Amino acid sequence: MSIKVVLPTAFTRHTDGRKQFDSAAQNLPALLSEFDQTFPALSTQIRDENGKLRKFINIYINDEDIRFLGGDAYAFQDGDEITAHPLDRRRQLLEFAP
Amino acid sequence: MDYSSTNYELACNECGKRFGNRPLSACPDCLAPLEIVYDLLSAKGVFTRDSIARGPASIWRYARLLPVPEGFQPDLPVGFTPLIHASRLGARIGASSLYVKNDAVCFPTLSFKDRVVAVALANAQKFGFDTVGCSSTGNLANAVAAQSARLGLKACILVPADLEPAKILNTLVYGARLIRIDGNYDHVNRLCIQIADEYNWGFVNVNLRPYYAEGSKTVGYEIAEQLGWRLPDNVVVPMAGGSLIRKIRKAFQELIFLGLVKKPVRPVRFFGAQASGCSPISTAVKDGAEDIIPQRPNTIARSLAIGNPADGPAAAKMILQDGGWAEDVSDVEIVSGIQELAETEGIFTETAGGVTTAVTARLFADGRIAPGETTVICITGNGLKTTDALAGSYNHIDARAIRPRLADFDAYLRSLDGAPEPELIAAGER
Repeated sequence: MSIKVVLPTAFTRHTDGRKQFDSAAQNLPALLSEFDQTFPALSTQIRDENGKLRKFINIYINDEDIRFLGGDAYAFQDGDEITAHPLDRRRQLLEFAP
Repeated sequence: MDYSSTNYELACNECGKRFGNRPLSACPDCLAPLEIVYDLLSAKGVFTRDSIARGPASIWRYARLLPVPEGFQPDLPVGFTPLIHASRLGARIGASSLYVKNDAVCFPTLSFKDRVVAVALANAQKFGFDTVGCSSTGNLANAVAAQSARLGLKACILVPADLEPAKILNTLVYGARLIRIDGNYDHVNRLCIQIADEYNWGFVNVNLRPYYAEGSKTVGYEIAEQLGWRLPDNVVVPMAGGSLIRKIRKAFQELIFLGLVKKPVRPVRFFGAQASGCSPISTAVKDGAEDIIPQRPNTIARSLAIGNPADGPAAAKMILQDGGWAEDVSDVEIVSGIQELAETEGIFTETAGGVTTAVTARLFADGRIAPGETTVICITGNGLKTTDALAGSYNHIDARAIRPRLADFDAYLRSLDGAPEPELIAAGER
């Protein structure tokens, strides 16, 4: 089984410029563990201090938000395209922020 | 692509890092959203009631607190829409000091999106973009198409395929390239993020978003000024992405800081309005939740149909911390809300305004807002764009044509009013 992972340009400074690659990960936690090995700097960037995926990163499976598919429990299917976007969702902002 | 300003610049919400001014909406280090921060101290004594009064009757009277580049020459008289005392609507819903901020007549495209686009495009030009774009549920598409035409910029606009025909026509007429996407707004938005990543285009709500969002503050400045430089007790605001409600609050805070309005004893309370068919933010408010659970939108209020709102978590938190609330209403109530506002105040709003009006009525009915409190409801779009929402609402109206004769007119009126009429009596109908 193989899935395709597509990253935004903002992440590519941690991946030697690679935006796309294939993976055999079975689910999202496994994919993140794979990043720990292959792109440790990326892992640091996208995980928070507790090791969880940062709140403002959205993960899509093909065209669907992974949260609609069961989140971490979703089992990747052969040929799935996994994309990550840092902008869709925002954390709590500062008191005086717009 | 960069420029510098002594008055404002981009800053990261998380790590505080500053970035000058450039087309960027997330911190490259911690990925958090960027916001515009101002040198508010230097605006003291400069941004005054008098200086504002001398400005044009448009959002540009507040330019000192907007991220517009030095030397920018305002072109279009955007904004400064009427704030009207809504006594008849108030009487119907039990509110004695109710006001409507009427952006259904915002120039040039009849929605509050004209404000944000004006500020975004001022920056798009400064950054040197020759093509601008947006993901849109309609109003934004209209505003980007019209204003980019006026400025001679190319526009590429992406919308959900099921958008109201009027909003599609109102985009195409300006010569914009419009691309319909087989998906909902959240799909469209995601695609735009990818496009902005690959193409050197200025997407007003993606890479220009920090600038764009600041334009919403002008709603707050105008409310305060039009109330005679005082703040209302409550504001009711429709929520799609969750940005407008927060920017109005930011505007009020800036005015307090600069001494243009008195700090109220009790903070202004904000009330968010959503459609039940797409209510991720109001659900979070009601549950007291820290986070937003995304929804798949299913409502006639398409301009509010954002299932995964960018500013949702922050909006929900802000509403609760100031003692406000959020409500959502059904599609049937939305249509009633449109009719109620039109019948009482002569304002024809789109479905989003129906949401806001119906939610306001419920807030008063539920006692969440007291009758005498000064309350402003924000009407953000025009009903001419969503007439299909009212299709079928007037089928019961007698549409017979009558002959151009006074006797026919008299008889017709009598029949409508249910008065006895010789022919009908003779026919045994009454």
